Amino acid sequence: MAAVARIHSIETFGTVDGPGIRYVIFFQGCLLKCIYCHNRDTWDSQAGREVTVDGLFQEIKSYMPYFAASNGGVTATGGEPTIHAVFLTELFKKCKEHSIHTALDTSGFASIDDPAIRELLDCTDLILLDIKSMNDAVFKRITGASNQKTLAMARYLCEINKPTWIRYVILPGYTDDTASARQLADFIGDMPNVEKVELLPYHSMGEFKWQLVGDTYVLHGVETPSADVMKKIRRIFEKRNIPTY
Amino acid sequence: MYETAVEVKAKSKNMRKALEPFKTGKWNNEINVREFIQLNYTPYTGDDSFLAGATKKTEKLWDIVRELFKKEHEKGGTLDIDTETISGVCSHNPGYINRELEEIVGLQTDAPLKRAIMPYGGIRMVEKSCEAYGYTLDEKVKEIFYKYRKTHNDGVFDVYTEEIREARNAGIITGLPDAYGRGRIIGDYRRVALYGVDRLIADKNDQKLSLENTILDEPTIQLREEISEQIKALEELKIMAQSYGFDISGPVQNARQAVQWLYFAYLGAVKQQNGAAMSIGRISTFLDIYIERDIKSGLLTESQAQELIDHFVMKLRMVKFLRTPDYNELFSGDPTWVTEVIGGMGLDGRTMVTKTSFRILNTLYTLGPSPEPNLTVLWSKNLPENFKEFCCKVSVDTSSIQYENDDLMHTFWGDDYGIACCVSAMKIGKQMQFFGARCNLAKALLYAINGGRDEVKGVQVGPQFQPITSEYLDYEEVMEKFDRFLDWLTTQYVNALNVIHYMHDKYCYESLQMALHDQNVMRTMACGIAGLSVCADSLSAIKYAKVKAIKNEHGLVVDFETEGDYPTFGNNDDRVDEIAKDLVKQFMKKVAKNKTYRNATPTQSILTITSNVVYGQKTGNTPDGRKYGEPFAPGANPMHGRDRKGALASLESLAKLPYEYALDGISYTFSVDPNTLGKDQASKIRNLKSMIDVYFQQNGHHINVNVLDRDTLLDAISHPERYPQLTIRVSGYAVNFIKLTKAQQMDVISRTFHTRI
Repeated sequence: MAAVARIHSIETFGTVDGPGIRYVIFFQGCLLKCIYCHNRDTWDSQAGREVTVDGLFQEIKSYMPYFAASNGGVTATGGEPTIHAVFLTELFKKCKEHSIHTALDTSGFASIDDPAIRELLDCTDLILLDIKSMNDAVFKRITGASNQKTLAMARYLCEINKPTWIRYVILPGYTDDTASARQLADFIGDMPNVEKVELLPYHSMGEFKWQLVGDTYVLHGVETPSADVMKKIRRIFEKRNIPTY
Repeated sequence: MYETAVEVKAKSKNMRKALEPFKTGKWNNEINVREFIQLNYTPYTGDDSFLAGATKKTEKLWDIVRELFKKEHEKGGTLDIDTETISGVCSHNPGYINRELEEIVGLQTDAPLKRAIMPYGGIRMVEKSCEAYGYTLDEKVKEIFYKYRKTHNDGVFDVYTEEIREARNAGIITGLPDAYGRGRIIGDYRRVALYGVDRLIADKNDQKLSLENTILDEPTIQLREEISEQIKALEELKIMAQSYGFDISGPVQNARQAVQWLYFAYLGAVKQQNGAAMSIGRISTFLDIYIERDIKSGLLTESQAQELIDHFVMKLRMVKFLRTPDYNELFSGDPTWVTEVIGGMGLDGRTMVTKTSFRILNTLYTLGPSPEPNLTVLWSKNLPENFKEFCCKVSVDTSSIQYENDDLMHTFWGDDYGIACCVSAMKIGKQMQFFGARCNLAKALLYAINGGRDEVKGVQVGPQFQPITSEYLDYEEVMEKFDRFLDWLTTQYVNALNVIHYMHDKYCYESLQMALHDQNVMRTMACGIAGLSVCADSLSAIKYAKVKAIKNEHGLVVDFETEGDYPTFGNNDDRVDEIAKDLVKQFMKKVAKNKTYRNATPTQSILTITSNVVYGQKTGNTPDGRKYGEPFAPGANPMHGRDRKGALASLESLAKLPYEYALDGISYTFSVDPNTLGKDQASKIRNLKSMIDVYFQQNGHHINVNVLDRDTLLDAISHPERYPQLTIRVSGYAVNFIKLTKAQQMDVISRTFHTRI
């Protein structure tokens, strides 16, 4: 049993990664190398501290009244939480036993052929799936890898009808054009399991973390997309009756 | 005279219906405001859609006041001083802002924002305050108080022992009200409106009569003299109201009078006393009874009702005291703590939220954000959801309100208590406190390590005992010495407070405020501690890591080297939270061992306002790694940056602190970036509401809520003129951000802001 995992940190008052007030676990380790990553310090799978399922769950339990009051729960993010699929499956099952809502914030860079991944997705209440770009070349420029696994996961989630929120980062020069947004809208437009799309304007607030680990931030100087651009992109999804927020 | 309140007859031509008579009860035969409220108020469970905005008149008047505030700020914080008139209930000629516009009248002096001198607390403080703002105190006044009339301050220093002086000078016991008005007394100002002054005087005469056929021992002599003073003050109050053209000898007939009478009573109090905190009590639901009755009868529209409240609140925002810049540095800005509690639940299970609870919060929109009055919501899980949502909306928009746990306090104080200052609950008209500022717990720990020597000055304070000798600090040894030192310290502390309050009663008695109390009041001796999280973290470091004591050439421990990890307060970690809990309990138990003046019940608070900055400046390096001079965390907050798991973990740690050992209140300040609270306005409100709901269900006592981003604060430091009304909550109180000193502003910014990127 992989009853241990490495985590970067805990946020007990998470309000932007799923519904209500959430206990957010930032896992350590990620296989992608997104150029705008705002948690650059979570990449190294050997860093952070080790936690056990029992230890973590013990802590989570003390916040149950807050989850109940706000319709919140637990969110696993990172880093890339699916790296810790076995650990998380065990944790989420325990949550389920106590009626704690669970959410998985993932890049989708995990193979759905892996039974462990499928089991994790099955036992999670809500998936926050980050689709960086529908265009494989752009996806590669952003993450260093192909988008095939992510798209396959999206299709699988649709297949098992798993409640999903899509996250889409609007990055100037990469994904701030309407054509890209339209492609994504086309892809998810007919997926009944997709409850909404979260449009996230790129920000540079994570830049300092790159400096801390001694890495180069290639997006230095790139500005947050304008409200106008965001509005245009939002309209594309709204036209397709896909709720945005 | 008084029966007319029950059978009020319609007088006005405009009235469509006669005013409804009030439900009668015991309150008709005895002074019993609570019962009057319970029998006659209308709980309101609806939303805020009924509220009206500011009227033209209000806008015009508020423009004038804002201009005056601006001038006051430009003049260095004090607009003008009357250096000749010794302030009292009817000392000054009536003053107005603008007679045509003011619905509610009355100022502390004959002109708006002109400050009065109140030398009974201490003449030196008054003299210094005048000088600090470029004024000279009148020679005659000086002669009176230096030559003929002793002050509270003189009395205290006549009696202070050498040990008390040492502890005070070293800054281990600080902020003692020994040179200024103690405050923290809440008159039941509602009595003047409900009964009229004559009835109250008659009641006081009865009280005096009840003390006739008895042995005149010292307590009885004191009480009889005090009641006589109270009667005089009530007579003066009538004269003061008369000067504004009002006869307040009888009960009020309508809402306008109710607000005006009540305000006169409060005004009399702030003309007589420059108290450290001058709360107004619990007035909105009381006033609502009159307002709703007038609205029903067609006497008043919603807009007029809001106008009355707006004009009243404007007056409360204008209450000012003459104080030295030092005092303001300690207490931040220019505080008066006109604390008003709103909401809560009745003992019968009905909510005490009324439409006027909304109206008074609405002043934060009609007049904009403000630290005063110090609006305090008594939160219960049973409050109407609409009201909870409205409060949270106001918090998100203005950062101007604080919340206290009614479900917790209810069991101790009933349903007619108010909050004195920041977090001190007391039954209105039945209870008062002897304010005791606080003891610096972090510094006390350093004294224990150094055998009673001051870590900054090197001097011996109090009895000499064996300092720590080992290189690495041993938890058991430190605790044993700490325990012994606290025994000595708490005795000095209570002794000092006994002296202070004896002298305050003698030379600076609050005759008007006490006239608005029952004959026999419960008294608490409100002690306090500062630096709880610094102390708990230091002890945790000693217990769970290795702490090496670094000595200077005189053998004084002046620094520490810590190896290894240790849990810190604010992360919901029992290992250290238990230490904090024990500190609170132990300190309270030690305080309670001492005999108190007038048999006051000892209590304690964990509260600092913003004096956490000044305490930090006076405290050397601590074993938790905090450096000499660095501010403490405010109130019971975890130290800045050490609460690494987010807000809920901090709340859980806080909620473990036992209220029954800190009945004077446990303050927690929560600052959150608006984007961290939720995605949109609706979820921000919902998340905040859930957070407060659960924190209080877990027995948390108090929470200040700031919803602000750091950039706004930084911009306000550079461009104060753009933020005249920027308000932030600090440990039990709210302040005008631009009135803080630079050090305090930087402290606020460096505090933990819950953010996520």
